[in-house]
Amino acid sequence: MKQFVISGSPHVHQDLTVPKLMYGVVIAMIPAMIVSFYMFGLGAARVFLITILSCLFFEYVIQRYLIKGPLTINDGSALVTAVLLAFNVPSSIPWWMLVVGSLVAVGMGKMSFGGLGKNPFNPALVGRVFMLISFPVAMTTWPKPIVSRSYFSFAGLDDKVLDTITGPTPLAVLQEEGAGAVSTNMQLLLGQMGGSLGEISAIALLLGGLYMLFKKIITWHIPVAYFGSAFILAGILWLADPSQYADPLFHMVTGGMMLGVFYMATDYVSSPVSAKGQLIFGVGAGVLTILIRVFGAYPEGVSFAILIMNAFTPLINSQIKPARFGHKSVKA
Amino acid sequence: MKRVKTFVLGGVHPPENKISAGSPVEELPLPKTVSVPLAQNLGAPSKAIVKRGDEVKAGQLIGQGEAFISANVHSPVSGKVKKIDDVMDASGYKRPAVIIDVEGDTWMEDIDTSKTLKKDITLNTKEIIEKMKEKGVVGMGGATFPSHVKLMIPEGKTAEYLIINGVECEPYLTADHRVMLERSEELMVGIEILKRGLGVKKAIIGIENNKPDAIEKLQALAADYESIEVQSLKVKYPQGGEKQLIKALLNREVPSGKLPIEVGCVVNNVGTALAVYEAVQKNKPLTGRVVTVTGKNVSKPSNFFVRIGTPVQMLIDKAGGLPGDAAKVVNGGPMMGKALISTDIPVVKGTSGILIFDQKEARRMPEDTCIRCGKCISACPMGLEPFLLAQYGQKKMWEKAEKDLVMDCIECGSCHYTCPSGRPLLDAIRLAKNNVGQMIRNRRN
Repeated sequence: MKQFVISGSPHVHQDLTVPKLMYGVVIAMIPAMIVSFYMFGLGAARVFLITILSCLFFEYVIQRYLIKGPLTINDGSALVTAVLLAFNVPSSIPWWMLVVGSLVAVGMGKMSFGGLGKNPFNPALVGRVFMLISFPVAMTTWPKPIVSRSYFSFAGLDDKVLDTITGPTPLAVLQEEGAGAVSTNMQLLLGQMGGSLGEISAIALLLGGLYMLFKKIITWHIPVAYFGSAFILAGILWLADPSQYADPLFHMVTGGMMLGVFYMATDYVSSPVSAKGQLIFGVGAGVLTILIRVFGAYPEGVSFAILIMNAFTPLINSQIKPARFGHKSVKA
Repeated sequence: MKRVKTFVLGGVHPPENKISAGSPVEELPLPKTVSVPLAQNLGAPSKAIVKRGDEVKAGQLIGQGEAFISANVHSPVSGKVKKIDDVMDASGYKRPAVIIDVEGDTWMEDIDTSKTLKKDITLNTKEIIEKMKEKGVVGMGGATFPSHVKLMIPEGKTAEYLIINGVECEPYLTADHRVMLERSEELMVGIEILKRGLGVKKAIIGIENNKPDAIEKLQALAADYESIEVQSLKVKYPQGGEKQLIKALLNREVPSGKLPIEVGCVVNNVGTALAVYEAVQKNKPLTGRVVTVTGKNVSKPSNFFVRIGTPVQMLIDKAGGLPGDAAKVVNGGPMMGKALISTDIPVVKGTSGILIFDQKEARRMPEDTCIRCGKCISACPMGLEPFLLAQYGQKKMWEKAEKDLVMDCIECGSCHYTCPSGRPLLDAIRLAKNNVGQMIRNRRN
């Protein structure tokens, strides 16, 4: 008699795997990578190369020799962490800092908890914050984009902020000099500013984010809640005193907002599982981001806001249940 | 533009693969012997009332349903009872069955075997319920719940709507689709009978819009009937689940742990409505059904009309034989069907399809760690957290599973289907359901 395979239903499976999701995120980040190459040249390429090689290396070594589990280097998650980490640093940063940052991101941020799926915090953010606190000068020295003159005169925008070798980020300008000194939102949207690799390409990141929404890699809940709450809070402050506070659109296109909202807050592992929980997470992160930016010691608040909300994720998951079927009041 | 109706919460859209949709129903010749299981329905098995050596006619009662939730079983052929013995059924267990050597196709005298359409309904409500019980009519969608019980509305409840399930949301299966196309007139009369049996004014037939021909045909016929409405639905699995179907059609939510009658509905499958027509108008018991035999490598994907008790292997042979690379045979649809140990089992009242998968399709995805992406939650039509319930199942945390509503799970499989880590969520949830169910029963006693 012929032997058949026996297993419980269902007998069909969606054509979807973890690596497919992870590489989908990587694909979404390619436009922003290209923009950073264009803006910062080889310096950007160097950063990506170092973080990718070190993240993959540490993932392999830790999985092989410390965890002694099946190799997970192909699942794409270390690659996502590497690219995100690279987006979070200036192009001029020394190579060894990147290696240390990668070790902290992958080793401390992810593998110390048992690997993908078990980490409470977004690994790339753990690495980034570690670097920010450990190497404050290197992490906040922003080279200006190098090739932008012709590009921006073509776009009909002035290039007054482009004439120095290094310069502060618009958020730093805002904190030190007030709302009157910052560039226009259009300049910022196109990346005409100082900043880390991913900060300067808001529009490319937005494109990638829309791609991920379209491909159903992420859902709309966190981005909408995050942008929405940050926009509203920044808007209230701006309406209260436009000379002191920047307009809400400025907050949307500067700093790590695009990067954080689409690529880091939406990290599966460290964000809530239910739609309702994701909305709460997004609102919390949005409010915290603006509060830190406006009232905190650091000019940028996205990383801290997301990490703080990461810490709330287990609580949100345990308290916020999805909309249940058949548990509403009976309608006869 | 009016939005096409569907249910709101969760759901997935697997590739439809309705390969056999264009194959008209073909009547299968009688096998040499039939094995008619005595337990073909949900509830208590029937008791054999024939013995070895008895001559039986087609349509003769051979198994008496005695419990409240139980159904009669009739001989699908004429012949001689060879023995009453344990025979393996789709569950893989051996259960009592009446084995009959087929000698012919002589029916009981009081059964009308002609094809003429009989439209006038002469029986009243009570007689309809009695007739359905006598003729062994059960739900043909797969659950095989005795249909007459559904018509007996409990004290204090009222039925408003009869809902006819023509959704056939399972991929591959086309038996209901063919019934709607080929037996449409009988189907409409069957619905009219069910309406009278229930004492309701209105019936709604829900059909997914991947079957436009069936929708068009039934809509044209419905014009001749009072308040039978045909409603086209957006394709989404598991719309054929009765709770999802009621939600899609009427936007009413059956409360947790309750039956559709709680919101004034009774749901019946199109196959059941046809069986009701046969039983009430033709006095013909449920002795045969339409079965889809399909699969990507099946040389002749077909819809067969077969007598109950026919070996599944015979259906496969008629569809071009078991393909060489066949690795899994599923009884039912790919989302909720059961994998068969052997094809040497009989067709029963609940057999809606036989699916044949090759090596590649048969294999499950390698299991990976949960990344908490939440896709199972988005897919769950009951608003549960499958990844969490599965963890409770694996860790034997039954109390927590109960608190997080594991008993609400309808086992549609959307969670496992959608999981990017290929985790067998439903396996663990079933385990939890079994244990929690046991726990609840113990508590009651």
